[in-house]
Formats: sequence, C-alpha cells, structure tokens
Amino acid sequence: MEGDSVTVQNASRDGVDAPVVLSVQGLQKIYTADSGDVEAVRDLTFELRQGELVCLVGPSGCGKTTLLRCIAGLLEPTAGTVLLDGAVVTAPPKKMAVVFQEYGRSLFAWMTVRQNVELPLKNAGMPKAERRKVVSTALHAVGLEHAETSYPWQLSGGMQQRVAIARAVAYEPEVLLMDEPFAAVDAQTRADLEDLIRRVWKDLGITVLFVTHDIDESVYLGERVLILSNSPTVVQEDLTIDLPAERDQLATRSMPRFTELRTHVYAEIQKAKRGSGADA
Amino acid sequence: MRILTRVAYVLGLPVVLVLLWWVLTIDSTNFFVPEPGELAATFVDTWIGPRFREDVLPSVARFTVGTLLAIVLGVAAGLLIGSVRWLRSLLEPMLEFFRALPPPVLVPVLMLLIGVDNRMKVLVIVFGAIWPVLLNTVEGVRAVDPVLVDTARTYGLTRLTRLRTLVLPSAAPQIAAGVRQALSIGLILMVISEMFASSSGLGFTIVVFQRSFAVVEMWSGIVLLGLIGVAVSIVFQACERRVLHWYYGQKEVQHGR
Repeated sequence: MEGDSVTVQNASRDGVDAPVVLSVQGLQKIYTADSGDVEAVRDLTFELRQGELVCLVGPSGCGKTTLLRCIAGLLEPTAGTVLLDGAVVTAPPKKMAVVFQEYGRSLFAWMTVRQNVELPLKNAGMPKAERRKVVSTALHAVGLEHAETSYPWQLSGGMQQRVAIARAVAYEPEVLLMDEPFAAVDAQTRADLEDLIRRVWKDLGITVLFVTHDIDESVYLGERVLILSNSPTVVQEDLTIDLPAERDQLATRSMPRFTELRTHVYAEIQKAKRGSGADA
Repeated sequence: MRILTRVAYVLGLPVVLVLLWWVLTIDSTNFFVPEPGELAATFVDTWIGPRFREDVLPSVARFTVGTLLAIVLGVAAGLLIGSVRWLRSLLEPMLEFFRALPPPVLVPVLMLLIGVDNRMKVLVIVFGAIWPVLLNTVEGVRAVDPVLVDTARTYGLTRLTRLRTLVLPSAAPQIAAGVRQALSIGLILMVISEMFASSSGLGFTIVVFQRSFAVVEMWSGIVLLGLIGVAVSIVFQACERRVLHWYYGQKEVQHGR
C-alpha cells in the first residue's frame, strides 16, 4: 500500500491549545425495522476544538448523514452522547447551523433570498435594524448582494447553496455542520464554493464539521480529516492535514504533499471498503 | 397586439357558439328553445331590476359566506389534523365517511333541525364545500419537504413561525386545488339549497319559472348561473396567481419555460 509508507501525523497528539467545542462519545445508531435491525454507526468518538475545520470522509453508505443528523440533534442516537460546550445535545441546539446537500429543498421557495437569510434571525427576535445589517453582511460575504430580491428558484444551484451558506453564517453559529453541501453542484462552482468556505471559516473563526465523500475535497478543505470505516462505522483514522493555511485550487492541489495525503486517504478508504467496518 | 390575440382566444368560441345557435334557431318554432336575441332581451328584463337585489344578491351572499366559512374551517382543521399524527389516524376514516355523504340529502335533515332560513342554506354549502379543502390541506401538510422541516428545526423556528412560514405556504398549492373544487361545489349547493322550502334566491326563482312554463326566463337564469361561475373563477385565479406566484414561477423554471 503506497499510502501507508507516507508519514502522517495523528491529530490527537497535538492541537491542545483551543477548548473542545463539540465532542462525540461512543456514538451508536441502530435503525430498527421489521426486516431486522441495521447498525448504521457502531462506535464513533472524536472531538472538535474551537475554530477547527474538520472534514469527515468515508466510503459511500458508511453512515455519514446518520452521524451528522445525530450531532445536529435531529436524530436520537441509540447509545453514546454528543456534547456541545459540555452540554448533551438532545434537540437541535441554538448554537449550531446545518447546511444540507439538497440546497433546492432547504430554501423556502416562497421567500426571497433576503427573507430566507433573515428568517432565523427574525425568529430569534433580533431587532430589525441589526437584522438588516447582519443579512447584508452575510449576503456580501457569499457574493450575493445583487440577488437579495430574487427567489431561490431563479438562481443556479451554486448560488442557491450560497444562499444556504449565507443563512447559516448570518445565524452566527458556534459550530457549522455541512452535509455533502457541494455534491450536487458542478466542478467549477464546487471549487469556488470550497474557497468560499475556507474564507468564511477564517473570517468568522467558527468551528466547521464538513462531511463529504470526495477525498480531494476533504484534503483540500480540512485542517484535519476523519476517515470513517465502512458501515457499521468507526473512526478509522484521525489525520492532520499539514498543508499551508493559504490554500489555492491550483498551487495547493499540485503540491507533492497534497498528493501524498490524498493517496493516503484514498488507500485508507479502499481498505475500509474491503474490510467490513469495525470488524476489519 | 398580444392583448387582442388573447381576447380573440377568450371570446372566439363563445361567439361561434352563439352564432351557431342563432343560425339553428332562426326559424325554429320550438317552445323550449329560445333564439339568442329573445334570450338576451329576457335576461335584461328578468334580472336587471328588483330581482337582482331580491334574488341574485342574497344567493351570492349565501354562497360567499358559506364557501368562505368552508375554506377557513377546512384550512384550520386541515392544518391541525395534518400536523398531529394521532389525530389524523383517529379522524381519517370518519372524514372519508362524511365526505362520501352527498350534501343535498342533508337539506331535509337540516330543515328539520334548524329551520328553513339562511343558516340552513349556508350550512349546507359549508358541509359540502369543506371536504376538498380539508382533505387537500391535510395532504399538503403531510407533503411538506422533510429537508425543509429539518432546516426549520435546526434554526429553532417556533411552532407558530413554522406554521406561518413553512407549513402553510408549502401546502398552499394543494389548498388552492381544494378551494377550486370547493367553489364549484358551493355554487351547486347554493342552487340546491334554495330549491327546497325557499322564497327567494336564484335556485328558487329558476324552479318557479320552470313550473310556470316561463321557459325563456328559466334559460336566462341558467345563463346567469354560468356567468356567476365564470366571475367566481376569474376572482379565484387572480387571487391564486397573487398568492402562488412563487409556485408558478418555480414550475416554469423547472420545465425550462
């Protein structure tokens, strides 16, 4: 395995400076059905420190979405806990925002772009003047200040996902969860959106957990990559991405280190696919 | 030019049909089929005048009140039943039963229970027109996109905000389909409720004409009912376009215009 010969850092050994924001401990999820129980997630344990950008990557069907829904408080785990700032997550927490893969279905088609971004703030009781300012800043950050009176369905897929990102950013969450947000957009838009996420993450200093099935994307975006095993899922490896902080679509992706890391992740995922998850 | 083409499309067929009718009745002596000119004159004589205030307006008022009540009650009950699962399981079989009852059979029952006044007629309209609204609302609420529901939950939208900004607009296209049906049912029941034990209204007047062999007057009443139906439909479409502009816009985009 060429990936195994490359030296990689185990992330848990360093980065002890910032406090832990999100902690997943022994998370297990079993779906009960008439045809028998399905164990989607077996035993997941990992931590996110404040201000980290962590990518979760794994073979398709390994329970990434299940995990994310458990963290978001949308799904109750069978065993284990999710802690946000030390408090157990039992319902969607206030300090968390989620960007879903299905951008077309996560925006309110009957509201303009501005109204979509504004809704969570209005619901939280933010005064009108402040709301207006926050929404404008968020729309500016994603480059949509010109489209605020448009309806989501008048925009391209990439722009719709920008609206969803603006809505999440305007909400000022402590932790931003993203569930394969760019899986359904074209490659060029995808590159733009990846850079947008890096920029927003740096500017706002939020903690981001980015779920993807795309190996290159995980290495390009993340400061750390969590490689998940096949279902029933465990964390197979916690990998530090020691690429320069300034990422560039051309320069970073052509670095030898980038290739090494992506090869390593690829090999790990191949290994995960062949083995049967936690039993491997 | 475009407006002219549109007008031509709207009026084209009616004009052709009236011409055809005129040609076919030009030397007809059939007592039961009037010619267009005769009908138009009778229409003006019969309906423009005191009868408009005494018969037409009360009918239209009963229709309006009954149908609006049916829509409001149907949407409210539908939102409740659609959002509460156990309530839906409990009520759905019974709703199907009530929906299956033809409302006209209730006219005699309601006459006995609450008399022959306006309340009875409005109630008959409500009882018939509420079902399509109610059942469509329930379906619309159930069909709210789960991704949107998750989105609303992650942003902690309150129950009331969720109802107002998510459930109601999302179910609106289906509710509109129910309202469209309710309007035509309401119109039918307006006429039928007036055919029993009534002393005013369009249904009553048409039956009186029929029984006294005032054939042309009877026809003119039927034409008036048709015109009311067209007016109701125009008002409905204007409201629908306004409320559901996002829905039609989205559909146009999806189908590549």
